[in-house]
Amino acid sequence: MNIAELQKKLITAARKDAPTDRVPYAFEKRIMAALKSSPVADAWSLWGGALLKAAAPCVAIMLALGVWAACVSPTNGSDLTLEDTVLAAVTPPVDME
Amino acid sequence: MERSDEDIIRAVLGGDTEAFESLVLKYQPRVFATARRYARREDEVQDIVQEVFMKAFHKLASFRGDAPFEHWLMRMTVRTCYDFLRLHQRNRENNFTDLGDEESDWLERFNANPAGASDEASAAKELIRQILEQLPAPARLVITLLEIEDKSVKEISRLTGWSVPLVKVRAFRARALMRKVLEKMTREKYL
Repeated sequence: MNIAELQKKLITAARKDAPTDRVPYAFEKRIMAALKSSPVADAWSLWGGALLKAAAPCVAIMLALGVWAACVSPTNGSDLTLEDTVLAAVTPPVDME
Repeated sequence: MERSDEDIIRAVLGGDTEAFESLVLKYQPRVFATARRYARREDEVQDIVQEVFMKAFHKLASFRGDAPFEHWLMRMTVRTCYDFLRLHQRNRENNFTDLGDEESDWLERFNANPAGASDEASAAKELIRQILEQLPAPARLVITLLEIEDKSVKEISRLTGWSVPLVKVRAFRARALMRKVLEKMTREKYL
């Protein structure tokens, strides 16, 4: 069977089968009723919703970092603490002599 | 005198929600016709149209007015139909062994004499509907817009939000995929 020809023919059939633009009776009333019953989303509720959605991933990240920090303890063979690392730039070098 | 779309939009944004009804009345036939290209059941079509107008109402403040309201609304319609297709990818794995008698006869006629099988026949229309339902959402959308509605690549890019090269790539893939579906159909029919 000639597939290319069949494809062309079926596309032509679809072109000739334009869907109707008939609208069900009083459909606009249904839309307006749905609009009135839908909650109005103001900026604060959108912001609140976004914060609520972000809370769970943030807690998950915090827990993961907590577990990671507990596993990678700064005392595993090194005396460097977080405080030493942060203050390294401003602490004068210790005289080794 | 009929109010312009801009006047109605200004009124809606100013708090006159009822004014939105005239926009619905004016544009719902076009939205219905578009939705019927992608959804078969009438209740699904109505849900799509309702969603389009709900989105349009809630996002009306983002309408800048640099293009006609109709273009903005049709973009929203096409994107809502695309979301619908992605969510309802049913019948994708259907096989063609259970084609109706009319469709099988049409294929037989086409096989015997391609010119003899009418593209006006309801069987041909049913066949193309079944084939389009087998395509994934991006392929179905691009075939419908490019081949059936005869829109340009630029227009499709504007309607879908895809870049022009992406539309071209998807159109190429969609045509190849459609050929594959047709090959599968004829294989199942004649093996």
